[in-house]
Amino acid sequence: MYIQIKNLSKIFKDNYAVNEINFDIEKNKTVGLLGPNGCGKTTSIGMILGLIEPSGGEIIIDNKNLQSFKRDEILARINFASPYIELPKKLTVKQNLEVYGRLYGVKNLNTRINEISEDLNIKDFFEKKTGELSSGQKNRVSLAKSLINKPEILLLDEPTASLDPDIGDFIRSYIQEYKSKNQVTILLASHNMNEVERLCDSIIMMKKGKIIDRGTCKEIIKKHGRDNLEETFLKLARSKDEF
Amino acid sequence: MNFNKIYALGLRHLYLISNSFPRVLDLIYWPTVQIFLWGFISKFFTLNSDYYSNTVGIILTAAILYDFLFRASISFNMMFLEEIWSRNFTNLFIAPIKISEIITSLTLTAILRTLIGLVPAAILAVPLFGVSIFELGLPLLFLLIALYLFGISLGLLVASGLLRFGPSFENIAWASLFFFAPLGCIYYPIEILPSSLQIIAKGLPLVHIFEEMRNILINNVVNYTHIMKSISISVVYFIFGVIIFYISYSGAKKRGTLINMGE
Repeated sequence: MYIQIKNLSKIFKDNYAVNEINFDIEKNKTVGLLGPNGCGKTTSIGMILGLIEPSGGEIIIDNKNLQSFKRDEILARINFASPYIELPKKLTVKQNLEVYGRLYGVKNLNTRINEISEDLNIKDFFEKKTGELSSGQKNRVSLAKSLINKPEILLLDEPTASLDPDIGDFIRSYIQEYKSKNQVTILLASHNMNEVERLCDSIIMMKKGKIIDRGTCKEIIKKHGRDNLEETFLKLARSKDEF
Repeated sequence: MNFNKIYALGLRHLYLISNSFPRVLDLIYWPTVQIFLWGFISKFFTLNSDYYSNTVGIILTAAILYDFLFRASISFNMMFLEEIWSRNFTNLFIAPIKISEIITSLTLTAILRTLIGLVPAAILAVPLFGVSIFELGLPLLFLLIALYLFGISLGLLVASGLLRFGPSFENIAWASLFFFAPLGCIYYPIEILPSSLQIIAKGLPLVHIFEEMRNILINNVVNYTHIMKSISISVVYFIFGVIIFYISYSGAKKRGTLINMGE
């Protein structure tokens, strides 16, 4: 297994945000992390990124405990994109990519910036300040930043939230295309069930800090007797049962 | 230490300044206003005070040095706050840059921000009021080092507070230096303070810095022991600031405040 999560917990003021969860992600697979708001998805991602210290359990990446990695050593192999965090607004797109490329120690940075900018169609607003971009443009720039170091592990938190269907589809297609050409393991937190069905090899359903189900989309839909993932999600999210 | 990463973070702040003329203007504006204000006060005192009668420019020199301290600290705080205001905090803390490299980068970049503001003001003081801080000679360099280290130490403590308490700690950033100013004996000798406060004041490098500045300008004597004492005290504060910053960072990881921190 490439990423192993063992009995991972996080307690905030006596409340379990994440409660002894266990899951594995195989190398170069995409796993969807689903669940209602406040179920512990972002906290789990924060712990994998080293931004949040777990209260218990282990995160093992490439057979090595996350805590035994040097901070800069492991973070150089990971990246993250979320519409809820932004790049410096007063810097141009090009300047932001240059700064982050340098921070990630990217070799042949200009070539990499050109490559990724063409792939994500951001060249047209390269010299524009990031704060002046539309949501769709910002999301593409954020994705470009998250791929600047060709990460082995990519964490995506609702990458297409608040985007129109056209841009959303563009982002999803790009992620699919990128994954087919590159070695990358992806953990995707999303509320868009079509996106999850399209991008993920398997899914993990969370509720109240716990994992309540896991498997491929087809398996989970079938198991709960629903027609699609959205209905399955609603059933699990609204259920009072502890699975 | 990876200097390319230190440079990268510095570059982020250099781009921020170079992209905005009002930002450059803001850096220059306040020190210049200070020079005008204290220049006129200084002129008045030199004409009407026995203590200052033979030494033109003590107050103005003190004002420039104090502003250097103020700018150094505020520059450090501002760069940290910029990451919060722009919601870039998470991106920065998931980048493969060591905490020591973040501190080094902000410390070095703060010099530039400080000098952009202060050099024009210090130069302006020469023709306008006939006062040049460069008259302090070589000791000026050491006094600036002591001031800078103390300013950055305060910046580190405020940044630690931001990590600990979040953006609501911002107001403390602006107030932090004014808290130390009365005890710093910037414009008056330490004897003015009540004896109990003198003991506390001596624990700050400011007293030693500004006493030595007055000693140089009034008596034309340089006491390097005092200068080294001020630098040593500043180094102790700097180390203390770094330790507190690391503790706050560790605490922020436990509380989960590094993710999604922003206005």
